[in-house]
Amino acid sequence: MIQCKTSKAISGMGHSMKRKEDIRFIQGRGHYVDDIKLDGMLYMDITRSPYAYAKIKNIDISEAMKVPGVVAVITGKDLEKYNLHWMPTIMSDTQMVLPTDTVMYQAQEVAAVIATSRYAARDGREAVKVEYEPMQALVDPFKAMDPSSPVLRTDKPGKTDNHIWHWEAGDKAKTEKVFSEAAVVVKEQMHIPRIHVSSIETCGCVADYDKINNHLTMYMTTQAPHVLRTVFALVAGHVGLTEEKIRVVSPDIGGGFGGKVPVYPGYVIAIAVSFLVGKPVKWIEDRSENLQADSFARDYHITAEMAGTKEGKILATRFKVLADHGYTDAAANPSKYPAGLFSIATGSYDYGTAFVEADAVYTNKPPGGVAYRCSFRVTEAVHAIERMTDRYALEIGKDPAQLRMDNFIKKEDFPWHSPTGWIYDSGDYHAGLQKAMDVVGYADLRKEQVEKRAKGELMGIGISTFTEIVGAGPSKDFDILGIKMFDSAEIRVHPTGKAIARFGTKSQGQGHETTYAQIIAEELGIPAENIQVEEGDTDTAPYGLGTYASRSTPTAGAAAAVAARKLRDKARKIAAYLLEVSEDDLEWEPGKFFVKGAPEKVKTIQELVFAAYTNFPQGMEAGFEATHYYDPPNLTFPSGAYICVVDIDKETGGIHVRRFVAIDDCGHIINPMIVQGQVHGGLTQGIAPAMYEELIYDEAGNILNGTLMDYLVPTAVESPKWETGHVVTPSPHHPIGAKGVGESPTVGSPPAIANAIIDALSPFGITHLDIPITPFKVWKALKEKGAYGK
Amino acid sequence: MEITLKVNEVQHTLDVEPRTLLVHLIRENLNLTGTHIGCDTTTCGACTILLDGKSVKSCTILAVQANGKSVRTIESVAGADGHLHPLQEGFKDNHGLHCGFCTPGMIMRSIELLENNPNPTEEEIRWGISGNLCRCTGYNNIVKAIEYASAKNRGVEPASTEPQFV
Amino acid sequence: MIAQSFQYASPGTLAEAISMLDKYGEDAKVLSGGHSLIPMMKLRFANPEWLIDINGIPNLAHIKEEGGVIKIGALTREAEIEHSDLLKKYFPIFADVTKLIADPQVRNRGTVGGNLAHGDAANDHPAVMLALNATIVATGSNGERSIAIDEFFHGFYMTALEHGEILTEIQIPEPPAGTGSAYHKLERKVGDYATAGVAVQLTLDSKGVCTAAGFGLTNVNPVPLRASRSEKALVGKSITDETIAEAAKYASEDCSPSSDLRGSEEYKRAMVAVLVKRMIHKAVERISK
Repeated sequence: MIQCKTSKAISGMGHSMKRKEDIRFIQGRGHYVDDIKLDGMLYMDITRSPYAYAKIKNIDISEAMKVPGVVAVITGKDLEKYNLHWMPTIMSDTQMVLPTDTVMYQAQEVAAVIATSRYAARDGREAVKVEYEPMQALVDPFKAMDPSSPVLRTDKPGKTDNHIWHWEAGDKAKTEKVFSEAAVVVKEQMHIPRIHVSSIETCGCVADYDKINNHLTMYMTTQAPHVLRTVFALVAGHVGLTEEKIRVVSPDIGGGFGGKVPVYPGYVIAIAVSFLVGKPVKWIEDRSENLQADSFARDYHITAEMAGTKEGKILATRFKVLADHGYTDAAANPSKYPAGLFSIATGSYDYGTAFVEADAVYTNKPPGGVAYRCSFRVTEAVHAIERMTDRYALEIGKDPAQLRMDNFIKKEDFPWHSPTGWIYDSGDYHAGLQKAMDVVGYADLRKEQVEKRAKGELMGIGISTFTEIVGAGPSKDFDILGIKMFDSAEIRVHPTGKAIARFGTKSQGQGHETTYAQIIAEELGIPAENIQVEEGDTDTAPYGLGTYASRSTPTAGAAAAVAARKLRDKARKIAAYLLEVSEDDLEWEPGKFFVKGAPEKVKTIQELVFAAYTNFPQGMEAGFEATHYYDPPNLTFPSGAYICVVDIDKETGGIHVRRFVAIDDCGHIINPMIVQGQVHGGLTQGIAPAMYEELIYDEAGNILNGTLMDYLVPTAVESPKWETGHVVTPSPHHPIGAKGVGESPTVGSPPAIANAIIDALSPFGITHLDIPITPFKVWKALKEKGAYGK
Repeated sequence: MEITLKVNEVQHTLDVEPRTLLVHLIRENLNLTGTHIGCDTTTCGACTILLDGKSVKSCTILAVQANGKSVRTIESVAGADGHLHPLQEGFKDNHGLHCGFCTPGMIMRSIELLENNPNPTEEEIRWGISGNLCRCTGYNNIVKAIEYASAKNRGVEPASTEPQFV
Repeated sequence: MIAQSFQYASPGTLAEAISMLDKYGEDAKVLSGGHSLIPMMKLRFANPEWLIDINGIPNLAHIKEEGGVIKIGALTREAEIEHSDLLKKYFPIFADVTKLIADPQVRNRGTVGGNLAHGDAANDHPAVMLALNATIVATGSNGERSIAIDEFFHGFYMTALEHGEILTEIQIPEPPAGTGSAYHKLERKVGDYATAGVAVQLTLDSKGVCTAAGFGLTNVNPVPLRASRSEKALVGKSITDETIAEAAKYASEDCSPSSDLRGSEEYKRAMVAVLVKRMIHKAVERISK
């Protein structure tokens, strides 16, 4: 049971308060970017490259200009005149807005057609004639690393190869020594494939430039409105569009998952066009454009190794990554961490030696990679360690649950220093796994598996006991384009005791309007119902870094608590004044201060707020408002113990997920209903890459599954009935002990599913399959081992 | 081409190009923006509406095909007095939505699902909404929301809307 | 995604529709459920100048029994097929197949006639109609003509329908007692086109000897395929593990799948064998009920 300190009427932390935002969504009154209609608005559509790599010989816009309704066709040459044809990526790489001579990936933007209607813009797009000279695309990242391969980024002066960066963590020499002396070493080559967030709402914007006032309002689907305002000012400042002249509004967002963090060329083109023609310009992607051109996630090729004793003590791990970034490094990682937080790959286990290295490479594929409901590169890390832990257990013939129990970091050993430099805040991994095993009936399942195997049936049990790393971050280490990764809250309580609170983050479905109100309700005792939450308008909200990487609760949620505590301190002063006692004589319970030992001498928070405007002590500042910019002292480390049970049809390779138990530890829970909802959704976005989703390219760089007909987003039929629960170890450094949860299940579940499938197939000598593990892959593996039809 | 159709019980006569998609007529001509567009291959179901009572994907029907017919969108689901439909209540109280983008399509589909099958099993619900993609919720609570509405419609006490943990 | 401009007509009679098709020739296309055609037009893979919408034509949507023949109007929606009591009585295979076609909203619009007339070997009804020995009725300016299902599919998106002809009805012989049918396809996720699909109809006499067999295969051949050797392997014989294995083997050998995102050619052949076996068992099980 989750304990609540507040009544249901106040609905502070721990209450499963129904979401405040839902009332508009269930009635079709959500307000998404494509719902915006402005007077005189023009529509933009984009002609895209059919080739992955080609020279542009000529762009003929004459036919397009004849299409009724078309008002302009913009090419890279047009933008070049204003020096707007290139832009920076979040990783300080560079990216074409529109090309002047070369296209670098299929579906790259080539020309923008502006018209008076959506339909005319599409007709114009079809009428733009581009003459290409196709070139041999470089698609395989290993080949791209070969020094003999042609250099793709010839735009970069002096660039002599396709290598982007090298990054490492841990102790290489020590790791090599442990590996050379270890009794058992296991190794697998794995690919965490390129996938796409595919939020049901695609990306889009309405750029509205007001010539008279030299002011731009940019309505757009962004998870990070404030940072994007700064980016736009950096890109367009030289044409007079400086930051105070830019307002970014992020309306309701139809799912983000990381895909709405980057700046896409379409946004910049829309701004440029609105700037040039002085009218609002709307650009809304098609689904196929979204899948084919917007930032991908993952695409890590990992050589993973684990060293241990014969008895099952993990001694060291070594991970070598090749990261395929496509045409440009458009990842969304903190500046100092080009491979994100991949060095969390040492996992939940107590050993002191590890070495992690990563190299990134350019190829002729769309740029990325962003997260996919995942903190920076943590899914890749968790997949590597959790797969290798099972691989090691298989090698020495030990039960994978027992092996984990024997190697877990103990709860009394926190804060725990990882061999790659992280300080884990808290956790109780033994309790989590034990609970998951009890719920799923682990021992009975193992017995059943023995019986099934004797009958020739394929059943597997897979475990993942992962540690996440979220809530970036301490500003000493974490920044995006130099902007430190704090976040903010501003609370204004009106004289009648009702409040508005604004944040630098931006919900895309996480329920901030409810949970932030609950945090403030917890701290101030004002009913959450009476607290209005606003985000996404850079003119009104305090500056923040946005919502991604499970950082909203760890950062802005903390800011809300700290700002509310500042107000509570003020309320205490006013109460002391009104009750004529000293502050030390007062006691707080949610919603009121009373005199110790005399509970009838009481002032409610509403009375105190009213007094802040009407009757406050001499010398005190009027009003009841507070702002806080929260800079976390450390990251938070949510964890989970997941167990998956699968049955495999040995004739078709069909995989049925029979059970999936997820025990999460996200610290203190603000709203159990919302946490559970986040876990459900995250698990389905875990089974998706584990069994269904992958962006597939042929050798010429053509995407083979660029629509939702072939990019297989799971439906309700594929999605299992999830069984979820929790253990709670509060984060000791977070003001409300919370850790963040939105991404844990996406991060933690793919290896549980993969481990279950491999467990089912392991009697045939199968030790690893890359995700997505499809029936075809299972069939092929059985066939290759001579086990099919046996 | 001139067409006449009823949308949410209001008669409209409009002049449209034959290629106009019904979803664009609903969203652009009539400003009923609760019906959404999420794909271009008739896959996602965000644009689901009722056409003469049948749930259909309005991105794959021409506006001219709705000539003389009756359309219902999400905006008509709550009562004129503001009281919520059992499905709307079900989605809200069971946390059947996160970002809300797929929700109108889910609700419109579920209206017909429950009309044809007032007391569906979980499996029937899952297959019944297999033409509607949700990226946020993992569907469990959508199933619960539809079960809630089914119970309400049948005058049965719905299951608790409190989250159940193992 | 938006289609190229076109002209639209919604004729009220079949004769009117046919005369429009004659008049506009190759520039015209028939719009039935529209759930194959409109997506292709939105992608601009299909760019007809005229769309002749036949949805307003009366007497094209029916499921009825006449003189030992089950007649299904071409405009009958998949959802109506899925829930038809008459079809359930004779052909449980229709509930199998419709449940696996796309999704409920698409089935509210998609028609059985359109599914067949599209001439796509990835569609599911062609295999079913092959198994059931259906006859296609087409109507043109010269009146009606019947086309045996084996003569109907000519190639990739090509059928025996001539320009100016509209598929108006599907006729299926009422099965004798002792008949059972079943369909299944493997799909990557619900609503997908088949990785491989198998339709089976079997008739057994009182001694369990197979007197008639129909096998149709989905998406494992450039054109919808009848597995003739599989049929011959069963007719006149009892259904045993051996005859089933033989039928499965022949079907997997006689199809010609291509390797694609759904799996390799070899995988698809193997899946055809598995499905033939399973669908025979299911059909037989239904007979014994």
